Amino acid sequence: MQASPLSFRTRSGRARLYQLALAAALIALAIGAAITTRHNLEARQIRSGFGFLAEPAGFDIGEGPVPYTPQDSYLWAFLAGLGNTLRVAAAGVVLSTLLGTVIGLGRLSRNALARWLCTAYVEVLRNVPLLVQLLAWYISVTELLPDAANPIRLLPHVYLSKSGLAYPTPVWARGWAFALAGLPLGLAATWALFRWARARRERTGHTPQVRWAALVVFLAIPALGWAIGGAPRALDVPEVTPFNVAGGGGVTPEFLALLLGLVGFTAAYVAEIVRSGVLAVPHGQTEAAAALGLTRRQALRLVLLPQALRVIVPPLTSQYLNLTKNSSLAVAIGYPDLVSIANTAINQNGQALECIVIIMGVYLFVNLVTALGMGVYNRRVALVER
Amino acid sequence: MSEPLPTPVRKGGVAGWLRRNLFGNPASAVATVLLGAALAWAVPRALHWTLTGAVFRADEAACRALGHHAACWGFVAEKHRLILFGRYPYEEQWRPLVATALVLAMLVATAFPRLWRRWILSAWAVVLAVFLFLMGGGALGLSRVDPGEWGGLPLTVLLTAVAMTASIPLGVLLALGRRSTLPLARTLASTYVELVRGVPLITVLFVASFVFPLILPQGLPLSGLARICIAMTLFEAAYLAEVVRGGLQALPRGQYEAAASLGLGYWQTQRRVILPQALVLVIPSFVNSLLSTFMDTSLVTVVSMYDLTGSLRLALGDPRWRGFFLEGYLFVAGIYFVSCLALSRYSQWLERRLGGWARRTREARA
Repeated sequence: MQASPLSFRTRSGRARLYQLALAAALIALAIGAAITTRHNLEARQIRSGFGFLAEPAGFDIGEGPVPYTPQDSYLWAFLAGLGNTLRVAAAGVVLSTLLGTVIGLGRLSRNALARWLCTAYVEVLRNVPLLVQLLAWYISVTELLPDAANPIRLLPHVYLSKSGLAYPTPVWARGWAFALAGLPLGLAATWALFRWARARRERTGHTPQVRWAALVVFLAIPALGWAIGGAPRALDVPEVTPFNVAGGGGVTPEFLALLLGLVGFTAAYVAEIVRSGVLAVPHGQTEAAAALGLTRRQALRLVLLPQALRVIVPPLTSQYLNLTKNSSLAVAIGYPDLVSIANTAINQNGQALECIVIIMGVYLFVNLVTALGMGVYNRRVALVER
Repeated sequence: MSEPLPTPVRKGGVAGWLRRNLFGNPASAVATVLLGAALAWAVPRALHWTLTGAVFRADEAACRALGHHAACWGFVAEKHRLILFGRYPYEEQWRPLVATALVLAMLVATAFPRLWRRWILSAWAVVLAVFLFLMGGGALGLSRVDPGEWGGLPLTVLLTAVAMTASIPLGVLLALGRRSTLPLARTLASTYVELVRGVPLITVLFVASFVFPLILPQGLPLSGLARICIAMTLFEAAYLAEVVRGGLQALPRGQYEAAASLGLGYWQTQRRVILPQALVLVIPSFVNSLLSTFMDTSLVTVVSMYDLTGSLRLALGDPRWRGFFLEGYLFVAGIYFVSCLALSRYSQWLERRLGGWARRTREARA
């Protein structure tokens, strides 16, 4: 006798029944939540839907790469917040990679003092919550640094004070636009040069030394653009006035504290990743490279680094993602990142559901893009097995 | 033919160690001199700042006289009750003290692998119930204290304990779901885990404080604390699911096949064969999750709860003492640091010990 597709007597029938029950329970839960939400929203007179995004936000955002005024829409405010998140994340990724690499290699140093100091750094920074570190940095920046009227002069025309860091920036002119346009051209030319060197090596067996030539080409094309554009030399230099530091470019104390906290914390994790990556390459590889007659530098570049990077890059990427997610702690010190903007928006119009959907969506999108990129990278570096 | 190499230098003893580790080559020698000079400059000053020059009494005038050239631990002496217990009623603070000590004692007991028996789960349930009763009161002569007034270290401990214990069953279910043969269960579990792991904890806490009140029926009496506990549990469960999944994947297929050949069903197989082995394998990772949960709880400060971090900010609200924030942060950071270091060292010890255990069982089986 043919059993019914929804029978308890067959395994597949049970599987279908369980899944039906699960689906029914979830749908019931979702409908219930939807009904109560609607009821609650009506009771509190909160609107729903994403229509609010087009309306003027009305609140101010202190800083950021995206030009913004309170008359701009909520959508634009969210974009300004995203710009701030990406700005601090980008700076954090670069700096924590540099610091983390130094400390990770320091833990492998032959010098015991360097080893101990780097180990102490990693242990302390990893075992104190990031939020505590951030708050400590922020209160230190705002309380310990002098007033803007008599700032600390770090370098000529670079001032550090309670109001943040001020530094000279070039005044925008046509020459800078040309230089910026020259950058991708310089990159392309450098790439072509390396390709030529490689083809030449494969054809003749000689390796042309193009490293310096490449650097010159890379810098010369933007410099040429700058010169053609009229060689602008004007700088916007910050000046100390009796009241504050005026002019120039700068970052706020909030940005500074967030960056310091994120970099210090993430560098400890990066250091551990770098250390384990280096340790993952067996010593025999160094010896084999030496036996082939490679110089130390060649061995490092051609044999050791590619193998270490295969171990290092995947966890490093997830640390970069963590840094980006951790930048949401900005809300605790008032740096206007995406989450802070959403928080302000929720407090203004009560549309919590929509605002949280937006921030979660953005973070998930960033994750997805990174995961796709990692997939491509992993396929490229994966061991080719027989 | 080349010359024979010179006899290797004997490298024993203190001198040999110093030679290898501090003056192994010119670069190392330079580093030793530079770092040594920096330490010789910094260490005496740090010692003076923290200990010899510091004021330990809650004496504001003496602290001001220091001019920040040495630490004023008087801030901690004055405010330690506020930092440790938050806004809990002052006369009743023995209750959170006893409750927290109880949980910590239970934690220490759990650290001994010899005591890993079934009854320890029940013991945890009892301890948590006693903790909640001591904190909340309302019977047996204890006055009632609203959860809104709980704070400081007890709140941190409570959030960690609840999030951790409650996320175990959910995490196990999610891990089983991700490896299930039912496509719907697999999709749901995977989506949930990836979704939660992709967003920052702050957004989940925002969901707890802004969205929960909207989607839950209005009659449901759910305090802010309960909402945060639920959110932390939902968040940590996603991470725990990945930990458990690692353990499940480490088990050989033969275990499933052996269970099937004994005629065990799905749940019997999981409960009697798979989970007992998989969960023991992941205990070290589990301790690491406990560590990160403990640190994560500091984020509840952002949604206006006064855990250890939050009540420090409360204490710093006093303008008379605000200048001594560095001492306050060092005190709180010290508590986190000592706890986390102990946990991570314990996890490493356990890993070595269980590693030996896993090896022995493998060898016994072979």
